[in-house]
Parts: sequence; structure tokens; C-alpha cells
Amino acid sequence: MGTKHDENRLEYEETELRLGLPGGSLKREFSQTIDLKLNLNASMASSSSPHHQQEKITAKPPAKAQVVGWPPVRSFRKNTLAVQKDGCGGESGTAAAFIKVSLDGAPYLRKVDLKMYNSYQQLSEALGKMFTSSTIGDCGVKELMSESKLIDLLNGSDYVPTYQDKDGDWMLVGDVPWGMFVGSCKRLRIMKSSEAIGLAPRAVEKCKNRA
Amino acid sequence: MAYSFPEEVLEHVFSFLSSDRDRNAVSLVCKSWYDIERWCRRRIFVGNCYAVSPEIVIRRFPELRAVEMKGKPHFADFNLVPEGWGAYAYPWIAAMEEAYPFLEEIKLKRMVVTDESLELISKSYKSFKVLVLTSCEGFTTDGLASIAANCRHLRELDLRESEVEDLSGHWLSHFPDSCTSLVSLNMSCLGSEVSFCALERLVARSPNLRTLRLNRAVPLERLANLIRRAPQLVELGTGAYSAEIRSDTFSNLADAFSACKQLKALSGFWDVVPSYLPAMYSVCSGITSLNLSYAAIPSSDLVKLISQCQNLQRLWVLDYIEDSGLDALAASCKDLQELRVFPSDPFGAEPNVSLTEQGLVSVSEGCPKLESVLYFCRQMSNAALIAIAKNRPNFIRFRLCIIDPQAPDYLTLEPLDAGFGAIVEKCKELRRLSMTGLLTDRVFKYIGSHAKKLEMLSIAFAGDSDLGLHHVLSGCDSLRKLEIRDCPFGDKALLANAAKLETMRSLWMSSCSVSFGACKLLAQKMPRLNVEVIDERGPPDSRPEGCSVERAYVYRTVASRQRLDMPDFVWTHDEDSSLRYS
Repeated sequence: MGTKHDENRLEYEETELRLGLPGGSLKREFSQTIDLKLNLNASMASSSSPHHQQEKITAKPPAKAQVVGWPPVRSFRKNTLAVQKDGCGGESGTAAAFIKVSLDGAPYLRKVDLKMYNSYQQLSEALGKMFTSSTIGDCGVKELMSESKLIDLLNGSDYVPTYQDKDGDWMLVGDVPWGMFVGSCKRLRIMKSSEAIGLAPRAVEKCKNRA
Repeated sequence: MAYSFPEEVLEHVFSFLSSDRDRNAVSLVCKSWYDIERWCRRRIFVGNCYAVSPEIVIRRFPELRAVEMKGKPHFADFNLVPEGWGAYAYPWIAAMEEAYPFLEEIKLKRMVVTDESLELISKSYKSFKVLVLTSCEGFTTDGLASIAANCRHLRELDLRESEVEDLSGHWLSHFPDSCTSLVSLNMSCLGSEVSFCALERLVARSPNLRTLRLNRAVPLERLANLIRRAPQLVELGTGAYSAEIRSDTFSNLADAFSACKQLKALSGFWDVVPSYLPAMYSVCSGITSLNLSYAAIPSSDLVKLISQCQNLQRLWVLDYIEDSGLDALAASCKDLQELRVFPSDPFGAEPNVSLTEQGLVSVSEGCPKLESVLYFCRQMSNAALIAIAKNRPNFIRFRLCIIDPQAPDYLTLEPLDAGFGAIVEKCKELRRLSMTGLLTDRVFKYIGSHAKKLEMLSIAFAGDSDLGLHHVLSGCDSLRKLEIRDCPFGDKALLANAAKLETMRSLWMSSCSVSFGACKLLAQKMPRLNVEVIDERGPPDSRPEGCSVERAYVYRTVASRQRLDMPDFVWTHDEDSSLRYS
């Protein structure tokens, strides 16, 4: 096939006529691809209007731009993840996420911005400081906020951290990854274990029998 | 002519050859060996269903017992192949019905399988044993009911990640009471609830059951009873792993797990409630494969689980594991061979977890047997890739996906050429590579020079010119599959390396710069290459010849280049006239 000869010919980069799409540089810019995809494939879902899309061509492409098949995640996997993330559609965005925090027995409620923290650990430390002057003091809050097992939580502690999610359900804090929690938490209630009977009756009883 | 042993002796000798490569080599020795071999071959693997026709296969191998076949190209997984392109199983199933009455196994990947096909399978073969459908589509649970009802000696029914139209869970109840031969059942891709009674009875009467993968609809409360009936299980896929936190459910489950002394692989774990993970701790020391890629578990709970699994060889997990979790993995699992980290939020603009290139560097440092990686992340650096290459020269598969496909080295803002160059240079046994990030023609030069054992390469949004493609096609001696999307590669490199394409299984190029004219030329030049132009904009000759095609799929074939099931958006060379594409 004379590949060696061809290789020499191919190295005349500067003087060569190159094949490429009309009107663009040879290198495929990611943003150009977005535009092309929208023009060629009418059936592809696009959330941007054509006008909005024009603006995107010159700017650095945002990761959210819907290019067909990118990132390369199979539909099977995408669909499963989507269903599981039901509760946290509003996760992205930089707005603060202030929520009310109530501690049973404390005289008044507090507000915290969940976006200020990156983990359950950090949140529990902050809450601990916030409620220092109330009945239970630092340690109780820290311990119970850093564990996700209900049984461990109740061991030696009188409190259970719960939160109300987007659907209005009261859930135990700590089960889901932090990011998902921030996206779905609407308010926080640190309840007395005696009130937590509704959550997990037998577990509570077992602990009380143990203590 | 040399006289060799009597046929029966040769046949007996050949029966020890199980690898296709060996058998193919044997059949090239001389005509009589070719003949003897073809009569005693029992298993074939067809990597591209259009590379050959059913008639050709049946004529050459009259006594097959097992057929394994792949249909659509890999990029079909990411919706790059339009619906209706092809890969229909029915013509094969229909042709084999007459030819192979003793067929026992059918394994298909990325093919369209209809209920009709399934019914035909279930009624045609008296000793049918194994049906594996990976990433297939086109059938409903009615087709499964036929299989369950009619295959008296069924051993394996495995529907990995297939898209099944789920009409109801009733299909499972079609397994007759007399069916006790099941060894493997994988129904994890199905949505509907099956009858739990029927499932429990099926499990109870299958003493050879080794693999059971349930679907999400099987609740956690039912799991203990199922496992109790099958303590001999080696592979278990749970259903939804969540329930109200009750100590009796927990202890029930923990007891059931502790009876499973042979368990090696775990998967499933939809909707995980981390409090229930400790129920599995008793089996963790024996676990070699863990698929948590559907489980949203916080890093701390993942770490607790993984550190119990000292013998772990394969881990599939979501990026919730974060860098800290990967550090822990590197410290506890010294036998780790394969790691896949999937994105929990692939379309989010901002990272939602703290997973960076550092996690992969840690694992490459800490796990001496690591040879296969699939890693999704949002940033990468040349330094990290170079370190990874130095740590792990034993990589066989390396697939990196940076969410922003043209992301440069985030530290230096340079292309990632040097990093991937280090990978191909150091990892001399590399067989599969997928790259992303800002990449110029230089990385392809490195690949062409060093990646001599590379068999499959996936490229996206990379390169500057035809030179890139030319480096790969001219340098990669072992290349079998090349898939490219959105790269400025075109006619020159393709035509200059036409002969190379016949040594490969297939080449896929979409949204590149390949013109219709070049496709015609290539097809004329290479009569045993099928050059499919897949273009949804209408006939290619209604546009100028220099216009780029949407997709070109080029594959070697000994079958007709005008396949009968071509949809109207696919064009191939017209054999009657070398000047016209029909």
C-alpha cells in the first residue's frame, strides 16, 4: 500500500488542503459539535432555544450541554440513577440552602445554611456549637449526628436526628450521601428518643432494654 | 502427501482445543485437517453478525452446540447508532432451527431479539441449556415465559442489562415444577414484581443454583428467605436493599447470609439503607466481586464495607466513594484487579462529590495486581497519568472518561498527550484504551509507536488532523476495533490505510470528516470491506461528494455487502455498478 510514501506526504501540514466541515477550523471544538448536533438531529432533546445556543458557541461550553451520547453512560445506568435521585432535583446551583433546625427542649429554633458544609461531620460540629447553651450540650449532638445506624445513635444518647424531605416525609439523618441530603432536606429536627418510637419502635425498645 | 493419523485420532486430539484461535489455526494446516476440524467444532464466536451469513456458518460447521454472537457496534450503547439499524437475531435463529437440532447454548450481545425468536428457541431445541442476552432489546416478558415453560433442561437464563418490555412478572411462574436444572438466573434488568412464592419454590427446587440475580422489585424482607433456600449460592444480586429499620429483619438477614459459605460475588443494592449493610459482614472475607454501581452509599459506609472485603478482586462503585474511600480501598484490598468508578451525576455542571484523579493514583499505588480500570472523573493531569503508568505497568484495560471531553491538564492547562503517552509506553500489555481530555495528534504518534498489543481503542473529541488517525492505523499492529467520534479525521488516512481495515473487525467513525466520495472509493478498492454510510439526512448523493457523512461503519465481511435488512438511512456499495451507490 506504500504507507511509508504516504506518511511522507502526510507531513506537509502547512501546504496541504485539508478536508473538513465548511466554515470551521479543522479541529473539532466541543461547542461546534453542540451546534451541529442540534441542527442535524431534530429528534435529539434539547433544552436550549436556538437563540440561546448561538451564545454558547463562543463561550466555553458548560458541562450541562446535551451532546448525544456524552458522557458515555449507558441508558440503563442513567435511568436507574435518575430514579434514585428523585428527591434532589434542585441539587445544582449556588443558592444558599437555609433550613430551620429544631432541637426538642431548646427554647427556640435556629437556621443553618447546608451549603456551608461538606459533610455530616461538619454539620454536627456546627450544630453542636449552636446548641451549646441548651439542655444536652456539645457531645450528645456530635455523637448522634456522625453515625448513621439508628441503634448506635440511641446507645447512650437521648436524641435522634431527623429531617423532613421534599415529599414531606420524616427521615433519619445519615442514610444518603451528603450531596443528596443537602438537595432534599427541607428542615431538621433533633428529636428526643422517646418521640422517635414511630420511626423504629423495636429498635428503640431493644436499646432501652440493653441500657 | 504426508499421511497423518486416522480421522478419529485427529478428532480426539482436536477435542482438547477449546480456543477459537487454536481451532482456526488447525483448520489452516491442510484440507483434511480443515475438514476434520469443521465436523468436530462445537462452539463458535461471531464478533460481528454481519461479517458472515447463517448459510456460510451452517455449511462450514454442521455440528454446533453453542453459538455466541455480537451485533451492534459498541457506540450503540451511547445512542450513536439509530434505531432500526439492524443486528436482528431472528434470521440466525430461524436458520439454526433446522441445522442444529441439538443446539444447547445461545449467547447474544447488542442484538435485537423478538418474542418470536425466543419462542422459536424454546420449541426447536430439545436439549437447550443456556440463554444469555447481554444489552439486547426487542423482546417482552412473554418471550421469557416461552423459555421458562418449554426449555425442560434450562441451566442458564441471563438477561444482563437488556431492555425488556416488562408486561408483567408472571413469566417466572411458567417454570414447571419439574424444572430443577437451573444453575444461573439473572433477572436484574426487569422492572415488574414476580410472584415471590413462585420464586421461592423455584429456588428451593434448584439444588445446582449458583447464580441468582434478583430485580429491584424483590424487597429486602424477602431476601433472607430466598438465600436460606440456596446456601450454596456463589453469586447473589439483591433486590432493593432498603426496609424500615427493624432488628428482626436485620438479624434474619444476617443469619441467612452467614449460612452462605460459598458466596463470592454480590451485586444489586438498589435504594440502599446503609444500616443494613452490616448484615452482610459475615460473608465479606470471601467476596471477590462487588458491584455497588447502583448503590447510593456515603463514602464512610462504603469504606466500612470494603475494609471487610480483604480478598476483593473486582469492585464496581459510584463516585460517592470519593478519594478518601479509594485511599481506604488501596490500603485494604491488595488483590484488587479491576476497578470501575461510575458518575453519580454525569450531567451536573458542578462536581457533587470529592472524587478526583488522586483516587486513581492511590489505587494504582496500593494495588499491585490492578490491571483493568474504568474511571469517570472531572479533572486529570499529566503528572497523575504519568504516576499511574509508573505504578502500574501491568494495565491491560485503561478507560478514562473526563466529564468535560476536552478538558486539559487542570494544573498546567496543556493537552494530556504526555500522560496518555506514558500509559501506552509503560503498559506494554495494554489491550484496551479509551481516552478523553484535550488531545492533539501527538498522543496518536505515541500510541502508534508504543501500543503494539492494543486491540481496542476509543477516541472522542481528540486530534488535529488525519495524521492522528494515520499514526494509529499504521502503527497499532494488533488493532481489531477502532471507534471514533467527533474527531477531525478523514479521507486521506482512511484511504492510505485501506488494507489495514481488512485486518480489523471494524472501524466506527461518527461526526468526523469522512466524505461520501472516500467511502465509495474505499468500498471499490476493498471488495471484502463493507463500508456502511449511516446518514439520517437522506441519500448521500443528494449532497456534494466532499460532504462529510454522519457516520461510517466499516467492517470486513465474507457475506454479501448488501444486507437484506438495511434500513433506509444506510447506504453500501452497489455490487452491480461500481460507479453508483444505491
